[in-house]
Amino acid sequence: MGAVLEIHLNGEARQVTVGTTVAQLLAQLGLAGKPVAVEVNEQVVKQAQHGAHALAQGDRVEVVTFVGGG
Amino acid sequence: MDALDKPLVIAGKTFASRLIVGTGKYPSHQVMQACHQAAGTSMVTVAVRRLDLKATGEASLLSWIDKEKIAVLPNTAACYTADDAIRTARLGAELGLSTWVKLEVLGDEKTLFPDVEETLKAARVLVKEGFTVLPYTSDDVITARKLEDVGCAAVMPLAAPIGSGLGIRNPHALRLILETVKVPVIVDAGVGTASDAAIAMELGCHALLMNTAIAQAKEPVRMARAMRLAVEAGREAYLAGRIPMKAYASASSPLSGLIGA
Repeated sequence: MGAVLEIHLNGEARQVTVGTTVAQLLAQLGLAGKPVAVEVNEQVVKQAQHGAHALAQGDRVEVVTFVGGG
Repeated sequence: MDALDKPLVIAGKTFASRLIVGTGKYPSHQVMQACHQAAGTSMVTVAVRRLDLKATGEASLLSWIDKEKIAVLPNTAACYTADDAIRTARLGAELGLSTWVKLEVLGDEKTLFPDVEETLKAARVLVKEGFTVLPYTSDDVITARKLEDVGCAAVMPLAAPIGSGLGIRNPHALRLILETVKVPVIVDAGVGTASDAAIAMELGCHALLMNTAIAQAKEPVRMARAMRLAVEAGREAYLAGRIPMKAYASASSPLSGLIGA
C-alpha cells in the first residue's frame, strides 16, 4: 500500500491510498453498480466522472441512496 | 378515474391517480408495496439519505416500487436551509430516476412547519437548474402565489402538521389558494383518515400526498384502499357540485296528492 490520505466518508474518518478515485472507493465499499449518488465537498460528482475524480486529503465525501420517506 | 374527469396533469405529465403516497414508516417493505397497490397510486415520494455503510445485503427500497407504473419523487425532507435542500435535490437527481423534487425546507422541529423564505430561495435555484419543483408549503396564499411565480409546477400546502393526523384545519385558506394559483394544488401533510381526504378533494384540491395516515394505521393496506376511495369520492363530489347548505328542511317527497284524512 502506497501513501495514504484521510477523507471523511459519511461523517467518519477513513484512510484511502493516494490516487484513489470515487469509482475505486465505491468498489472498495462493495457499491460498484449500486444505486448511490456521491458528493465531494458539497458538490455532486456525476457518475460519468467517478473514474476520473481522485480524492484529496480532507475531502468530505457523502454516499447517499433512496430510503423510505414522505 | 372516471372517464368524465380530466386526469391530473403536473408539468405536462399525466397521472392516473390523484393520491401520492410516501414510502416511510411502514411495518415492512411488503406492506408498503401492498399499500401502494391498494392506493392505486401513480407517484410515491422517497427520501435521500447517507448510505449505511455497515449494513449489508439489504434489498433496496427501489426494488419494492413498481417503477413501470409508479413515478418516484425524491424529497428534501428534514432540510432546514435552502442550501441543504438544494444539495439534497441535486443528489436525488443524480440517483437517476427523476429530475422532479418534492422541495421541503423546514423551519422548526416541533411543528415541522415550512420555512417559506428558504423554500422560495431553494425553489428559485432549482427551477433555474431545470428541476420540476413541487414545494411543501404553508397554507398561506401569498406564499403559494410566490412559489407559482418562481416557476414551481404545483404548490403543496399543509392541511395540518406533518404526521399529526389533525385533518383539514383551515379549508378557507386552501380555498383561497385554489382560487389564486393556476398550478395544481396538492394537500401535503396532516390527513388522518378517509374523510379528511374527501374534504380536501371536495374543496377542489387536485391531489393529495400522504404517508403516515396510511403507513401507521392499524391496517395500512385497508387504509390505503380507504384513501383511494375517499380521494375518488371527494373528487366526484367536487365535480358533481354539492347542494347549498340551508337552515331549514326542504321535503324530498311531493307535498301535493296526500291522501285524505
